[in-house]
Amino acid sequence: MAEIIANEGGGKQKGKKRSKRHSTHIDMTPMVDLACLLLTFFMLTTAFSKAKVMEIVLPEKTPKDQEQDAPEVDKDRALNIILVKDNKVLWYNGLADPTKPPLPTLNETDFSDEGIRRVVLQRNKDLFIQIEEMNKGIVEGTLKIPKDSVSARRKKMMTEDRKGPVILIKAADEVKYHNVVDIIDEMAICNVARYALVDINSVEKKMVADYLAGKASGAASLK
Amino acid sequence: MHAKPPKIDMTPMVDLFFLLLIFFILTATFRPQEAVMVDTPSSISNTTTPEKHIITLMISKDNLVFFNVDNGVDTSEHLRGKILQAVGQQYQIKFTPAEIKRFETMNSFSMPMDKLKDWINESDSKVRDAMHSGMPLDSIDNQLLMWIRYSRQYYPEFEVAIKGDRDADFKKVKRVIDILQDNNVNKFNLTTNLESVDISLDNL
Repeated sequence: MAEIIANEGGGKQKGKKRSKRHSTHIDMTPMVDLACLLLTFFMLTTAFSKAKVMEIVLPEKTPKDQEQDAPEVDKDRALNIILVKDNKVLWYNGLADPTKPPLPTLNETDFSDEGIRRVVLQRNKDLFIQIEEMNKGIVEGTLKIPKDSVSARRKKMMTEDRKGPVILIKAADEVKYHNVVDIIDEMAICNVARYALVDINSVEKKMVADYLAGKASGAASLK
Repeated sequence: MHAKPPKIDMTPMVDLFFLLLIFFILTATFRPQEAVMVDTPSSISNTTTPEKHIITLMISKDNLVFFNVDNGVDTSEHLRGKILQAVGQQYQIKFTPAEIKRFETMNSFSMPMDKLKDWINESDSKVRDAMHSGMPLDSIDNQLLMWIRYSRQYYPEFEVAIKGDRDADFKKVKRVIDILQDNNVNKFNLTTNLESVDISLDNL
C-alpha cells in the first residue's frame, strides 16, 4: 500500500512539474483505447447482423374445384424422400402405385453426410461432377466466363440434364421445420436439378405406418 | 545520459480511428428487440434478405405465428399505420392517431385483432411480450390472411420472409405457406443461418 501511495504521489509531482512546463499537453491514450474498442465493436456487429435466406418458389395453387393430376414423373428417375418424425428419412425409388403391386420397399437413412446425401449424390453424380468441374475451372482460372453468366450456365446445365433424379420430397406428420429446410438444403448442396415439395399421399402414409410398425415389432421380438 | 525514447506521432492514426468509428456508428442499424427468440435452421444459401418492404412471418418454438411488416424505405408513407387502419376497419376496430403512431414503431405480434389495442397501449415491455397468444389462422377466422392481403394492397411488391424456429412443426409452416399461396405469394425467403459444407466424391 505504502508503495502505491508513494508512487501516486511521485506521479502527481511529476505531473505537476510537467504541467507547469507545457500545460496544453493532455494524455490521450485512454480516449484512443476507447475509440479503438468501440470501432472494433461496431465493425464486428455490422458484419454479422445480416440474415441469410434460402429462396424457394412453389407452383401456383390450382383452384379446389379443378381436378389436379399427379405430376407426371418418369418412373426410372423418380426418387421419393419421405421425412418422418425423430429426424429420420425414408426413401424409395420409382413410384408407389397400388394398382401395380408390389409396392416399392422403403429404405431408412438420416440427415448425416453419409445418409441421405450419399443416396442423392449417387443418383445425381453426373450433373454434380459437371457443375463442380465448372466451379473448379472458374476458381483455378482455366475456365473464363463472365461472373454474371455463371448462374445462367449452371441453370442451363440443370435444364439440359436428362439423367439426374426427379426428387419428390414429402413430409409426414410431426416433422420439424428444420428437417424440411435441411432436405431442401441438401438438394442445393448436391446440385439437384429437379425437386419438388409435395404432399404425402395415402398410399405412402400407409407404407410409412407399416414400415414403422414392422420395425417396432422387429425390435420387440429381438428383446 | 539516456537516449531519448523514440516518439511516434499517433495523431493521423487516431484521426483515422475516429473517422472509421463515426462511419460505423452511423451505418450501424440496430435490430429492434424481437418478441420471441427464434433459432433458425442453417443452410448453405448465401443470399441476403432485402432490407425493406418485407413481410416477416415468424414461427416460434411453440408454434405461434408472428406477423411483422415494415414501414418501407420511405417512412413518410406510413405503411404500417395504413395497414393497421385497413385491417382494423375490417374488424370494426377504430384506432386513435396516437395508437397508429405507436404501432408504426413496434415490432412483430401474434394475437387476435381484439387484443391488439391493449398490446399497443401497454407500456411495460415484459407484459407486452407475454400477450402474444397466437394469430388466428384457421379457416373460420383467418386473420393472418387479412394482414397479408391488406399489406399487399398497399404495397404489392412486398417480399415474404418466413423465419421459422428449428423445432417448429412443419405442419404449421405448411399452413402459413398455404395461406400465402391463397394470397398469390409463391416465392418465399426462408431465413436461415449460414453454414458451410464440404463434400467430396471420393467415398461414393
